[in-house]
Amino acid sequence: MIEVKNIDKSFDDKQILHDVSATFYTGKTNLIIGQSGSGKTVLMKSIVGLVRPDSGEILYDGRDLMKMNAGEIHNLRKEIGMLFQGSALFDSETVLGNVMFPLTMFTKMSQAEMRDRALFCLERVNLKGADSKYPSEISGGMQKRVAIARAIALNPKYLFCDEPNSGLDPRTSILIDELLHDITHEYNMTTIINTHDMNSVLGIGENIVFLNKGHREWVGDKEKIFETTNEALNDFVFATKLFQEVKHYIIAEKKGK
Amino acid sequence: MVLTNSIATFGRYCMFMHRVFSIPDKWRMFFKRTIAEISKLGVDSIPLVVIVSIFIGAVITIQMQYNISSPLIPSYSVGLATRDIVLLEFSNSILCLILAGKVGSNIASEIGTMRVTEQIDALDIMGVNSACFLVLPKMVAFLLFIPVLVIFCMGTSMLGGMVVAYFTDIISVDRYTYGLQALFNEWYVWYGIIKSFFFGFIIASVASYFGYYVKGGALEVGKASTNAVVTSSILILLFDVLLTKVLL
Repeated sequence: MIEVKNIDKSFDDKQILHDVSATFYTGKTNLIIGQSGSGKTVLMKSIVGLVRPDSGEILYDGRDLMKMNAGEIHNLRKEIGMLFQGSALFDSETVLGNVMFPLTMFTKMSQAEMRDRALFCLERVNLKGADSKYPSEISGGMQKRVAIARAIALNPKYLFCDEPNSGLDPRTSILIDELLHDITHEYNMTTIINTHDMNSVLGIGENIVFLNKGHREWVGDKEKIFETTNEALNDFVFATKLFQEVKHYIIAEKKGK
Repeated sequence: MVLTNSIATFGRYCMFMHRVFSIPDKWRMFFKRTIAEISKLGVDSIPLVVIVSIFIGAVITIQMQYNISSPLIPSYSVGLATRDIVLLEFSNSILCLILAGKVGSNIASEIGTMRVTEQIDALDIMGVNSACFLVLPKMVAFLLFIPVLVIFCMGTSMLGGMVVAYFTDIISVDRYTYGLQALFNEWYVWYGIIKSFFFGFIIASVASYFGYYVKGGALEVGKASTNAVVTSSILILLFDVLLTKVLL
């Protein structure tokens, strides 16, 4: 479980996060949602330690990131896997090389063991037979899956995904969402996904944190989101006609029951 | 304002170097990357060095003959002057200015692209010291290989002069060869190699620094690459003066 308590963050004189608190549960897909510029990425980068908040606490199963020394942060990072918006695969390495990279750096496995583990991870994300290709030779969706395989190679306790569906077609987006959801439950990880994809919100949102202009405005799950009276959240989630109709349909169905 | 910014930049550069010169997380990976960088930054530069050196060596020989053609000066002076110009200045300072363009822009754009595509963030998140992992092999590789490039440059420049002597009648090959050997001072070779170590360090570290701290996108990577070449060229010229005063 990751707890964020009273986080503030400013860049120069512009405050991005205002007293943000949230809890992200183990074994659940936790989503941070909000409009562009709402502070989602800054919050996620604060949680993983790429950005240092001005104040507040970030607790990884009770361990405060803000009070850790460099060695403790180094050790914590071995428990973290992260999927970046642009996949962030190493161009000079093959798909297999990318997945083997964390194993090479942080384990004492033999070459054969690392290869087996990497191939297992690639198989888990349904990417068999692409191991000898370079990132530039595979599609965006495949790159995302390689990045997921790399992120889970060391069996992380915490998985962070920054807009995993950006640039993907709807069908591939759903596959990535399902994969993240399944992996989270299978390995009992604390997964935090930063997204503004409504299909993800309504599909895998087991714990949703809504940010608006740097404030945490709403917390709930994909069921409760249909009943929200928060105007900003309604405007954000049900912005399109399609999602408005989905909402009316769901509410009508619930009333019918 | 300019002074404050310069001091701040220098401070950040020193902190960056402190991170670069750390113990590598995995020695096997470090050696593997260093070998790859020797090939990429060093061996791949040999054709450029050879081509530039042959032509410049030829031009220096022609210009020397033009400038010192006098009955009072022995004709072998052309070879001697060509050799000393090559050993003292061209094979190290000028060569490194050329390499600042090729190798410096290569390093800055590669690391800068890794920054803007979040590959460096990915390394940091994994707990890898990204500065050490990416930059140290490049610096070690380039410093190991730069004497080879300098010696290649010395040899091929003098060969360029010999080609001119062979195909034209401005000086005979014998007199040119005699000039190359006359009054030879071995220290000039060491002087060139010592200077090249300093210049190699400047090229690799400055380019890495500019690449590592890129913010933005492709446009900024291009700007960082240009800034790396300009800054390292100015520093090479500055250190050229200082080192010449100290070493000669």
